[in-house]
Amino acid sequence: MSATEVAAGTEIRPFTVEVARAELDDLRRRIAATRWPERETVDDQSQGVQLATIKELARYWAEEYDFGRVQSRLSAFPHFITAIDGLDIHFIHVRSQHEDALPVIITHGWPGSIIEMLNVIGPLSDPTTHGGDPEDAFDVVVPSIPGYGFSAKPSARGWDPVHIARAWIELMGRLGYERYVAQGGDWGAQITDTMGAEAPPGLVGIHSNMPGTVPPDISKILSSRVLGAGDPPPTGLSADEQRAFDRLDFLYTKGLGYSIEMGHRPQTLYGLADSPVALAAWMLDHDARSLEDIASAFAGKPVGNLTRDEVLDNITMTWVTNTGMSSGRLYSENTLGFFDVKDVKVPAAISVFPNELYQAPRSWAEQAYPKLIYFNEVEAGNHFAAWQEPEIFTNELRAAFRPLRNGR
Amino acid sequence: MSATVETATEIRPFQVEIPEEKIDDLRRRIEATRWPSKELVDDASQGVQLAMLKALADYWATEYDFGRLPERLNALPQYTTEIDGLDIHFIHVESSHEDALPLLITHGWPGSVIEMLEVIGPLTDPTSHGGNAEDAFHVIIPSIPGYGFSSEPTEAGWDSGRIGEAWAELMSRLGYTRYVAQGGDQGAGVTDAMGRQAPDGLIGLHFNFLDAIPKELLTAALTPRIFTHAEREQLGKVVSVFMRGYISEMGEHPQTIGYSLLDSPIGLASWMLDHDADSYGKISRAFLDGEPTGGLTRDAVVDNITLYWLTRTGASTSRIYWETGRAAKASLKDPPPHVKLPVAYTVFPDELFQSPRHWVKHAYHNLIYFNEAEKGGHFAAWEQPEIFSQEMRAAFRSLRNGTS
Repeated sequence: MSATEVAAGTEIRPFTVEVARAELDDLRRRIAATRWPERETVDDQSQGVQLATIKELARYWAEEYDFGRVQSRLSAFPHFITAIDGLDIHFIHVRSQHEDALPVIITHGWPGSIIEMLNVIGPLSDPTTHGGDPEDAFDVVVPSIPGYGFSAKPSARGWDPVHIARAWIELMGRLGYERYVAQGGDWGAQITDTMGAEAPPGLVGIHSNMPGTVPPDISKILSSRVLGAGDPPPTGLSADEQRAFDRLDFLYTKGLGYSIEMGHRPQTLYGLADSPVALAAWMLDHDARSLEDIASAFAGKPVGNLTRDEVLDNITMTWVTNTGMSSGRLYSENTLGFFDVKDVKVPAAISVFPNELYQAPRSWAEQAYPKLIYFNEVEAGNHFAAWQEPEIFTNELRAAFRPLRNGR
Repeated sequence: MSATVETATEIRPFQVEIPEEKIDDLRRRIEATRWPSKELVDDASQGVQLAMLKALADYWATEYDFGRLPERLNALPQYTTEIDGLDIHFIHVESSHEDALPLLITHGWPGSVIEMLEVIGPLTDPTSHGGNAEDAFHVIIPSIPGYGFSSEPTEAGWDSGRIGEAWAELMSRLGYTRYVAQGGDQGAGVTDAMGRQAPDGLIGLHFNFLDAIPKELLTAALTPRIFTHAEREQLGKVVSVFMRGYISEMGEHPQTIGYSLLDSPIGLASWMLDHDADSYGKISRAFLDGEPTGGLTRDAVVDNITLYWLTRTGASTSRIYWETGRAAKASLKDPPPHVKLPVAYTVFPDELFQSPRHWVKHAYHNLIYFNEAEKGGHFAAWEQPEIFSQEMRAAFRSLRNGTS
């Protein structure tokens, strides 16, 4: 018995994405039956997702969007499931045909999913057909966080970023990788930083597009200001540091509503399971810059690869897997400070995207990551770096990890 | 042109009418609810519990009498009148007793006029409810703009101050030249604003929630001289109110959560039930254990949610947090005048926090009445109509004509 159990326990099973037709019909019916509120009472985004944006999203979703996209796009990749700590973990795994490819595990965040990463898998694993060199090839592993997409939903507490990081280390071991790197943004950055802090034997480096660099004294001031009245801003900051503080201060005082709600009361958001438009609005309202870009896409002017179809692929996948609420629970599990220093011990690389929640200053990054091997400010991209700017993101990963490759 | 002016200040009788197809649609939507997975804990620490909400959905769709809402409201004299460009709905019950004191009661979020229905009898007709004729009130209960049957603002700016000005106009239009005002929750903010505006005719205020301007509250709460352990505990409760999430979300992005509140009856119900731990616990016991607390019965709770649903006011009710948040920040730079009018205050033991007397006194120097009631939570009038009525009588006795 024990042999079978152990084998079953660590087995890696192929997985096929199938989205039931009836589920999609129901979704389309619900979108068409949406009961709308009146328009916001302002002419900008300051009250949240604007009625015109979400109505255009709903119109496009119900009338023009190809509901077969999620299944057909995902089916182009090899998918697998393996149980770790009793939970089925779904992941895409694409091995490069190039010898000496460097394995990389890329972790998405909220309100993202593996959909964010689909356009970087090809360039990373097959650089020669995407304008790169064979020496820059990666084997690519893109898991779904527990409670997201096709991974199982935890039914008990305990799947925080630290637990997930340990599961990822187990996953890479189970795939036979003895020398690999990790990458992440948003929750993926927390998980990746935690992997870097755990520093398991095979992990040779990490890359983050949302690094935790904020010094403890600055972090304390930011937290005190959440309710609008707190410590005075710090003095003596450099221009870069001041810009970072100002952006984070905006986020902490005007942009954390969704995060506080999901952090404390994730179970109250029943609308995310019951109303497609409620789910879409909640997912669009992550941060001011990305909302602007997505609103622009629905006004006919996509910014980078953040097109209407891409945005709806992500929302549709979240809907059909009914993971609107389970994905939000990660906020309530978390005990890490989002932008705090995580004691990463392995070599670390950072790409700073200009429309990310904040732009990590090099001075803070050098303190936060003692083995900082790469730091670069790129010209375009918001919080969804890989999704919006797959080419820049790919180039960053190639450049960032070049020094960590075998024989260099 | 004078005809237009007359029309604008006209007070029109109002009756609630609910088309059958709207109820059918609501029932259909409740039955078609797509549910999420169960919370990961065995208590309410992650929000509204699945079992509780499923019990509510079942009751709402299969047992609840949708005729209740119009019947209860239409049993009372209701009116609308246009003020500052909006139709304001209100209940107005005049007492048969001479010298009754006019009392304006303002509800909050996630409440409505429904909260106040059971206090109308005791307040207007004390002699048939164990009180004395001298304690009679005329009662005026308006719906805040964007709530219930008041119309919804289409422009920003309807904060507590503007609502307070509209209420003063309403009282003047009703011919009241000597009246008092009462409020809890957002109603306390409106009542506080009226106190600072001190319109002609307003002679006193009662609060069951402390919602003065932030500057006064902060200095009251943080004055080290009086910073006791008990007060520290109350401060912790104040902070935890803000950390529940709904205040931040509705304060920042009411439109975003609004889509869920308009499109999903269960999304609306859960959002409304998750106001505070005490009222949630009481409502949960009403649905799961058949043990309602006071007036917080299944029917009364569903009446209120049904009102929000049928009037399509999930988003517009939330905007008051956005408005008052802005106003509160502005008041830090440019504080409005202190309240000089007489103020009465009742502490309910299960309210979000129990304001120490000196916090209240710090905001309201002319404190004429301060009492700690023996029971009741955030929805004081709704949950404990009798105690609430007694508090009104005691609080305002000294302001009546002929008494000093």
